[in-house]
Amino acid sequence: MAGHVPLSYGSRKTVKKAAEEPLFIRVFLTVVAFIFLFLFLVLPLAAIFIKAFEQGIHVYLAAITEPDALAAIKLTLLVVLLTVPVNALFGIAAAWAITKFDFKGKSLLTTIIDLPFAVSPVIAGLVFVLLFSTHGLFGDLLFANDIKIIFAIPGIVIATLFVTLPFVARELIPLMQSQGSSEEEASLTLGAGGWKTFWLVTLPNIKWGLLYGIILCNARTVGEFGAVSVVSGHIRGLTNTMPLHIEILYNEYQFSAAFAVASLMSILAIVTLIFKNMIEWKANQHG
Amino acid sequence: MKNKQVLSKFLISMATTAVILAGCGNSKAGNESEENESEENAASSSKESVELLNVSYDPTRELYEEFNKEFAAHWKKETGQNVTIQQSHGGSGKQGRAVIDGLEADVVTLALAGDIDEVAKAGLTAEDWQTRLDDNSTPYTSTIVFLVRKGNPKHIKDWGDLAKKGVSVITPNPKTSGGARWNYLAAWAYGDKKFSGDEKKIKTFVGDIYKNVEVLDSGARGATTTFVERGIGDVLIAWENEAFLSLNELGKDQFEIVVPSISILAEPPVAVVDKVAKKKGTEKVAEAYLEYLYSKKGQEIAAENYYRPRDKEVLAKYADQFPKINLVTIDDDFGGWKTAQEKHFNDGGTFDEIYQPK
Repeated sequence: MAGHVPLSYGSRKTVKKAAEEPLFIRVFLTVVAFIFLFLFLVLPLAAIFIKAFEQGIHVYLAAITEPDALAAIKLTLLVVLLTVPVNALFGIAAAWAITKFDFKGKSLLTTIIDLPFAVSPVIAGLVFVLLFSTHGLFGDLLFANDIKIIFAIPGIVIATLFVTLPFVARELIPLMQSQGSSEEEASLTLGAGGWKTFWLVTLPNIKWGLLYGIILCNARTVGEFGAVSVVSGHIRGLTNTMPLHIEILYNEYQFSAAFAVASLMSILAIVTLIFKNMIEWKANQHG
Repeated sequence: MKNKQVLSKFLISMATTAVILAGCGNSKAGNESEENESEENAASSSKESVELLNVSYDPTRELYEEFNKEFAAHWKKETGQNVTIQQSHGGSGKQGRAVIDGLEADVVTLALAGDIDEVAKAGLTAEDWQTRLDDNSTPYTSTIVFLVRKGNPKHIKDWGDLAKKGVSVITPNPKTSGGARWNYLAAWAYGDKKFSGDEKKIKTFVGDIYKNVEVLDSGARGATTTFVERGIGDVLIAWENEAFLSLNELGKDQFEIVVPSISILAEPPVAVVDKVAKKKGTEKVAEAYLEYLYSKKGQEIAAENYYRPRDKEVLAKYADQFPKINLVTIDDDFGGWKTAQEKHFNDGGTFDEIYQPK
């Protein structure tokens, strides 16, 4: 769940080597991979759509246009709009600092960025409950000033920010490390300023990796359940994101409705996947 | 080169959006606190609309969905004020915890008094909350029954059958679920009567039942889903209202309700969360909301959702629906929730003694 493979530029040599293996091994491995993918990915995904349309298109449409569902969709999109840009900017800044400069505490920063991957999302949620609950560190201050953080939208955004923090940075760091800083140095020697160097040299070099990181960050933001569940308070039509809404519908025996909203999320995921592949393809063309 | 321009434009626009959104967020937060301030100022005078948050336990979803509509209409007629009631549902203990942590509930309607006691202990409501409304502040009651598969293939008639070998039982975890604690105590009450108070034998008996438990879910609704949807187990120990609901929602041709010879009078109480209501200026409407549960209309809605109404007339009207069961009570037979909680469910209590996870 937490780990991911950085954008790779598949090299031709390894492909050639694999092709030299005996035929039956190649066929065997391919078949195993496909059966596994079918059983664990395609089949469950298909089940979602079958269940969603079980009671007809009307039930489906009613489920995704019902006020609580719309509120959940809106909230999820709001969280995406707030979280993804912030983490993209943070990711660029962090990767830039780590790969282009030498400073004390660099390895510490690299480690800390990975922290959200190592910590369970539930713990991430509980941390913010500890900080912002009525009996938490800032509890009295918040209550006195009537500021709501947990069990309200700010808490959901903060928890999501925490969980999705590493995605962009983790994507950019290896890429920028492999590129080194020679191009930037050349640009600076030729008289370009720092800002100009960033826009004209660094950014074009990392653009596909950046977009890839943003897409991963976006996917996780939409789907995050654990951390958000802890800080949400589960108020219908107010603090339920799409994954939480699905759980509620399921527990209310509204199975078709639950899977209708789930199918909406799956479509979102598939679209994200298509984007991801397009970007990988583009990156390969350019790289 | 063209690509570079496109990308930098994209990034600039993204950064701008982020800044604007951050600004929006702030101004929104500002507006909200202003709104709250004006709400506070206007609390004494009449406002056009008011919002309540009812934090409740798992199986009351359908009950309050219906009741909230009815109360909103009633309140509008009485005062001309629009009231919107928001709902939050989950395991009773978990919900109480959330309220203590700052979930701003105007009213709590939980599965057992112990969970509201915790809310009171945190200073959010008066210690004597349970005396403020009639009938121990419980406008409706329920009890614990069995749900079995159609035709009752394992011939489950009473608590004794649950302890038999080869019977698979589904009940939630008493540590996290309010309903599960009622289940446990009902089984205990049967053992108490059968072995005339011999605690060692009662423990063995209840232990035998829990040896048969295949899945220990964290909440009542989760346990129902396990039994009904996933098809696990021969018998579900459930709230009476939950059992009826499963029957109606998922098919009378699949399940049957079995009423045991003895069960427990489960009292899920309600209370206004004083500290929050005072801050939000919603005390009056919150109190009226809970009192309306005791009205004829409120009692009817409870009965229609398979909760046993307190009102004698309404109960008589729905008498066919609720079989007569020999019911023990928490106060008479277990010395109240505090004693029961300490003896049975706290760490090292009887539940820990008899239950060993497989």
